[in-house]
Amino acid sequence: MSIALFRIDDRLIHGQVVVGWGQPLDCTFIVLVDDEVRNSDWEQDLYRMGVPPHIEIVFASVNEAAERLPAWEADARVGILLVPDIDTAAALAGRSDRVKRLNVGGIHHRAGRTERLRFVYLTDEERAKLRQLAAAGVDVTAQDVPTARPVPLAEFA
Amino acid sequence: MSEPLRGVIVSHSGVAQALVSAVTLITGIDGALVPISNEGCDNDALGERLRQAVGERPAVLFVDLPGGSCLTNSIRYAKQHADIAVVTGVNLAMLLDFVFHRDVGPAEAARRAGDAGAKAIRVTAA
Repeated sequence: MSIALFRIDDRLIHGQVVVGWGQPLDCTFIVLVDDEVRNSDWEQDLYRMGVPPHIEIVFASVNEAAERLPAWEADARVGILLVPDIDTAAALAGRSDRVKRLNVGGIHHRAGRTERLRFVYLTDEERAKLRQLAAAGVDVTAQDVPTARPVPLAEFA
Repeated sequence: MSEPLRGVIVSHSGVAQALVSAVTLITGIDGALVPISNEGCDNDALGERLRQAVGERPAVLFVDLPGGSCLTNSIRYAKQHADIAVVTGVNLAMLLDFVFHRDVGPAEAARRAGDAGAKAIRVTAA
């Protein structure tokens, strides 16, 4: 099954990911792609606390993730790949042609962002980047939990 | 005499607010606990809510789940500030113990509250 979900979520590992998606997908590994977390032992310890023991967490930089995606996709287990923001998603998609779909799961309010969906706030620049990803062939939808409707990009960006 | 400890409940949705209301209703003690929800927050925003609720005072952070954004941000805050203890799996019993024992340090208050919360979990045969 390999990577069942490529998700942008600014909270990274949290309840919606581990329980909301992890349980129905029967996920047993999570790849957290974030250059900053990759270089921080204590941040990694923090995120390890957020998952049950049967789920492995792999911390990767963008470059490492691009290199290891084929192996993760060949993994017999089910995995979730998380990135914290659109820039990281775009960087990964730019280095690997294996990013075919993106789930926008949570991008919260900050100065300069406007509400597009209850759980998605975007700047104009971020909207443009998502559209660029879609134009490059990535299927971009927004969906916070599996029971919700996947919202097509045209409806929120 | 120093000010009694403050408890900050960090939860998903409205759990924290509901627990504060219940503690106040049962004990009549108001102001000992502050609720924080992670609703609509990224990590930075939740960190800011914690900063506003705790300030520079000693405190115990009561977190709903032993994982997730409430816990990671609470521990991140505790790592950056002195005299902050974190307890997960918050329940009403541990909060009731806490509000009556706030004249000790955060670590001791957290240990007491954690024990009280754990003892309250019982399974009755059907």
